[in-house]
Amino acid sequence: MEDQKQIEAFETKIASGVKIEPKDWMPEAYRKQLIRMMSQHAHSEIVGMLPEGNWITRAPSLRRKAILLAKVQDEAGHGLYLYSATETLGIDRTELLEQLHSGKAKYSSIFNYPTLTWADIGAIGWLVDGAAIMNQTALARGSYGPYSRAMVRICKEESFHNRQGYEIMMHLSQGTEEQKAMAQDAFNRWWWPSIMMLGPSDDQSPNSDQLMRWKVKMESNDAIRQRFIDRTVPQADFIGLKVPDKDMKFNEATGHYEHGPINWEEFFDVIKGNGPCNAKRLKDRKEADIKGRWVREAAMAYANKRMKEKEVA
Amino acid sequence: MNLQEAKFEYLLRLGDSSLIIGHRLSEWCGHGPILEEDIALTNIALDFVGNATELLNYAAQVEGKERNEDDLAFMRDEREYRNLLITEQPNCDYANTIARQFLFDTYMFFLYEELKSSQDKTIAAIATKTHKEVTYHLRHTTEWMYRLGDGTAESHERLQNGINDLWMFTSEMFDMDEVDTLLIKEGIAPDLNKVKAGWEKRVKEVLAEATIEIPTTLFKQKGSREGKHSEHLGFLLAEMQYVHRAHPGAKW
Repeated sequence: MEDQKQIEAFETKIASGVKIEPKDWMPEAYRKQLIRMMSQHAHSEIVGMLPEGNWITRAPSLRRKAILLAKVQDEAGHGLYLYSATETLGIDRTELLEQLHSGKAKYSSIFNYPTLTWADIGAIGWLVDGAAIMNQTALARGSYGPYSRAMVRICKEESFHNRQGYEIMMHLSQGTEEQKAMAQDAFNRWWWPSIMMLGPSDDQSPNSDQLMRWKVKMESNDAIRQRFIDRTVPQADFIGLKVPDKDMKFNEATGHYEHGPINWEEFFDVIKGNGPCNAKRLKDRKEADIKGRWVREAAMAYANKRMKEKEVA
Repeated sequence: MNLQEAKFEYLLRLGDSSLIIGHRLSEWCGHGPILEEDIALTNIALDFVGNATELLNYAAQVEGKERNEDDLAFMRDEREYRNLLITEQPNCDYANTIARQFLFDTYMFFLYEELKSSQDKTIAAIATKTHKEVTYHLRHTTEWMYRLGDGTAESHERLQNGINDLWMFTSEMFDMDEVDTLLIKEGIAPDLNKVKAGWEKRVKEVLAEATIEIPTTLFKQKGSREGKHSEHLGFLLAEMQYVHRAHPGAKW
């Protein structure tokens, strides 16, 4: 049983805006929840490399190829940064990866959709990174020091990714008829998954008072989704893309866009593992892990040999 | 052949090698043996693509036929490509990739060291920037040569196989023809015998430290100078060029 006084001191600290640091006392539920969230975030970064990496070798110009390489490298860097931040909670990367490979740990549902054309790279940067930023700027105000600092840094890079994605879509929208059609098709396919990736609606995902009080969760899913939609719809209008939601309308009174019904059945289905690419993504990650095993063993063996030499000398 | 033609040809040789090996490295993205290597390989691939872009951009200027770097990268066929054969060889396992990268990085390190003092200001400027990058690449691949060569029995065998398989592609790196002769005379390109001396010494040292034997094969592949490639290049270009070619004249 955790000491009530410890919990009170912990909550007072959070309420006054002081960050919780790795060696500070924290309730087990807080630690567990953060490990779950942060590792899920780390996994999303590295699984997210796959759909985008899919187009590096086919990028239509050298400039686009360089930008995409840099972007995917950033995602890998975020993954590394987040795994390291998660390790401060007393769990190591090997164990976290085992959880990913066994299917115990989740990653963002969005990466279970395929990237079918070059325009998908634009759509991902614009919509997926755009949605992620909405979530992450909120998380940057969270209570756990290493995670909140990681979010500040990651958000800066994600803003760049978001702009480059939008820039791709802008070029396509001003391009040939085929390019315009490619952009609209990508928008049609990524719009709904993007607004769903921000999580189930509030009535299906009641926010625990405790998580809000502990500043683990900062805002409700629907609130974040609304901000994303309000920001993105005018951007789509600006470049002449049509939002694939016949019910979408602007409410003058509230100043917000109102969307049509979301197909939550699809969302939960993808989460359960039935999305178009769940099996492929996990297979690719597992294969990389298995194929890399002898490499990691060699690196360890080499390091151990050098260590022994030092001891002898 | 005049000086302009020689320079264009030479820039294609440099630019194409960087582009193609960058492409091969980028194929690892998301599939590396450990996350740190995913980052490193992607980063190195990016350096190569950047280097290729500068070289092909300059090649297009030298050519003066209103082509740009993308026209050169995406609109030329296999027979027009001038990359070294070693750069187009498939990734195979990680040891093979490291072996390929080490042999090529060492070559680039000594070649670009010479190019830094090229009488062509643009080549000298590109080489100065690139040499800094290549110094890091070579350090990275050399460390992996040691780890794999002197790691476990399995990694040793895999690396030895990689070096054995790729050795036949190394001699053409130092082949010289009319292009080189013309440019050497003008102080634009180095004598590759000098590069070869540096390459051989370094490769021998690193292989010895990595407990890898130098292959004794005398079997030598060549042809890249005339655009005679291995069968692998066609598939690589098919993948690399298809979107660009499917939309003639489109801007991206």
